Amino acid sequence: MFIRPYGDTLDDGAVQLSFTLPVPCGGRAKEAARLFVLKLGFKKADIVHAEPLSEEFSFFVAFARTEVGIDYGQVEYAEAVDKHMSMDEVNDYIRRTFKRKIVVVGACTGTDAHTVGIDAIMNMKGYNHHFGLERYPMIEAFNLGSQVPNEKFLDYAREVKADAVLVSQIVTQKDVHVQNLTGLIELAEAEKLRDKLVMVVGGPRVDNKLAQELGYDAGFGPGTYAEHVATFIVRKMAERMGK
Amino acid sequence: MPAAKSKLGLSKAKISKARELAAVIAAPVQDYIDAHTTASVERATLRLLGADGAAADGAPVPNLITEKCAAGLDGGAARYYLNALIKRAKTPAELNSEIAAGLDISDLPAADEKLLRLKAAELLKGLDARITANVRHRNAKLSEYKTNVRSPLIYVIVATGNIYEDVKQAKAAAGQGADIIAVIRTTAQSLLDYVPYGATTEGFGGTYATQENFRIMRRALDEAVDKEKRYIRLVNYCSGLCMPEIAAMGAMERLDMMLNDSMYGILFRDINMYRTFTDQFFSRMINTAADIIINTGEDNYLTTSDAVEKAHTVLASQFINERFAANAGMPARLMGLGHAFEIDPAAKNGFLYEYAQALMAREIFPEHPLKYMPPTKFMTGDIFKGYAMNTLFNFVSKATNQSIELLGMLTEAIHTPYLQDRYLAIANALYVHNTMAGFFDEVEFKKNGVMARRARQVLDETVDMLGEVSKTGIFGAIEAGAFAEVKRPKNGGKGFEGVYEKSSAYWNPVEDYLRKKLKIAKRKASPTGRKA
Repeated sequence: MFIRPYGDTLDDGAVQLSFTLPVPCGGRAKEAARLFVLKLGFKKADIVHAEPLSEEFSFFVAFARTEVGIDYGQVEYAEAVDKHMSMDEVNDYIRRTFKRKIVVVGACTGTDAHTVGIDAIMNMKGYNHHFGLERYPMIEAFNLGSQVPNEKFLDYAREVKADAVLVSQIVTQKDVHVQNLTGLIELAEAEKLRDKLVMVVGGPRVDNKLAQELGYDAGFGPGTYAEHVATFIVRKMAERMGK
Repeated sequence: MPAAKSKLGLSKAKISKARELAAVIAAPVQDYIDAHTTASVERATLRLLGADGAAADGAPVPNLITEKCAAGLDGGAARYYLNALIKRAKTPAELNSEIAAGLDISDLPAADEKLLRLKAAELLKGLDARITANVRHRNAKLSEYKTNVRSPLIYVIVATGNIYEDVKQAKAAAGQGADIIAVIRTTAQSLLDYVPYGATTEGFGGTYATQENFRIMRRALDEAVDKEKRYIRLVNYCSGLCMPEIAAMGAMERLDMMLNDSMYGILFRDINMYRTFTDQFFSRMINTAADIIINTGEDNYLTTSDAVEKAHTVLASQFINERFAANAGMPARLMGLGHAFEIDPAAKNGFLYEYAQALMAREIFPEHPLKYMPPTKFMTGDIFKGYAMNTLFNFVSKATNQSIELLGMLTEAIHTPYLQDRYLAIANALYVHNTMAGFFDEVEFKKNGVMARRARQVLDETVDMLGEVSKTGIFGAIEAGAFAEVKRPKNGGKGFEGVYEKSSAYWNPVEDYLRKKLKIAKRKASPTGRKA
């Protein structure tokens, strides 16, 4: 199936853009803005708003039409979890399948100081009416907080015999998260921990595809709750045990 | 909602005075209305008796009948149709096909008067059952999902031109939180003296109002009702030259609201004033019988006039619309009087004026489902500023307990709403409505503050204006440009040739049925008589 942006009719290709050009505002600037949008490959461009931001800058709002489309059938992306279990179902599943509590260690690693993501998944209170992993009776959850070096993180996981580790990465400037995540995987492999751990990444600029490319088992982006992550962990553990 | 103490210190005596003046203004117009009929009233009558369908060239059956019977329309079109049903021993569907194929029913031999009455009674019984079932269904769904009702009701528009595309967008909007879907009509449909037939997929800036399109959208929204567990209301435009016919179609297909103003067509579409006044009365009887909420169009005044200077024209028109609606048997709970948030965003204290005026409307019309309209006049291509203005509009709407809120679109000045524009508008409104849920009850105002003074001033100016209009009469006032600063001559405008003085033999069983159902007595000429 070939798809295009939808404005008010199927396949109209309507796109809304806004940008600033480093020139004084006026008819010439507006025309330049229109030509710029056309040069991006759009077939029709309307500059619906032009506003001087200073004597040297002009801000524009534009609507344009594109003929570019995407073959949706060729787009590859696998969700980490298709259908997730509820908190109770996860606990029942652990009881039946592993007959013991499982251990999960989470942290915001590297230089990143933002715990909002890992807290949303792990804290007792949870987030947006979804309890965190600490509330799960069959999960032993350890939230190590922020700015945890990769070495310390893995040491701790080994110490508590973790079944899974959750790495949160909020800061993505200059791809610092990619470097840090790659470092963690390499370290886990060097220490022969990779096969013993379910390794999961989360963050606002993270998705399942990126996580797998970096060597993780799964990645979760915005809109993720504890039960999504928990479902993935227990299914992956069962899969590794051949269950 | 019960009338609480005025937070703005509005004078009850002045409000009563305004209502009295509106009654004085409406009385001679009502005398005129009672003595006249129009081509569209007659076509609406035929539709309610069963006339439907179209000829191969698209000419609708009701028009074919009134054109052939034009010479006798002052006696009512119903007689011709009922007579043909009896004389040819046909069902309405069979007769419609014959008329569509060219049958002229204007010169058939006359059937016995008693048989005509019996036939009318039989068809009206069917009509009443259909309308009653519609009302019952709506009320049952409203009651089933009443715990999910939010206030104000969120009203959005679809306008693609293609009814099937409209359906997709309407369902998406319902899923996002819309309570009311209006299908905007295609440009200039209001000036067509017929209602097109069948499903349509081409329109400009809107979609044709046809009975089939009504059915298609109703079916789609009914699916959304059970999915979203909220009753989703459907709106169309009961205005223009076919106002009564649209009302008839809406009553039969269970529309829930109708744009329906007593003066909009005169002022903004240059439709003849006698035609419009006569049509609005018949339309409003039908809307009332079908329990359909009307939305009046006062917001439009402020798109042509200054919203600060001419705020009183809105209130004056609301009083007049209220009176005309009451004359058609309509209870306050169906009168969605209109007003708007249209003050120049650059005006100092503009927000306070908006707030004061919206609250004033709420206090003066406590039981009416007020329809509040978003900024349009000062919307530009700066969609970000527009979005901020819409947030303030949402604020006032919630802070003053408006009933029906037509959401502003950030791209108002640019194009018919994109799917994403509607989504952003609904998200904004839901955010504001929820975060200030209890605001209305929390706030009071300074006795002589900017807002209280503003509201009192608008009410004073309204009473003055209504006093003037009651002296010149509404026909003269419109000629002089009292509303929206638009001047319309009495005998000018479109559709005047379709106005007929009722002959002594005039018979309209549908009108009789409506008057009886709504308990509207035939009025005697008022003391001011034919001054109009």
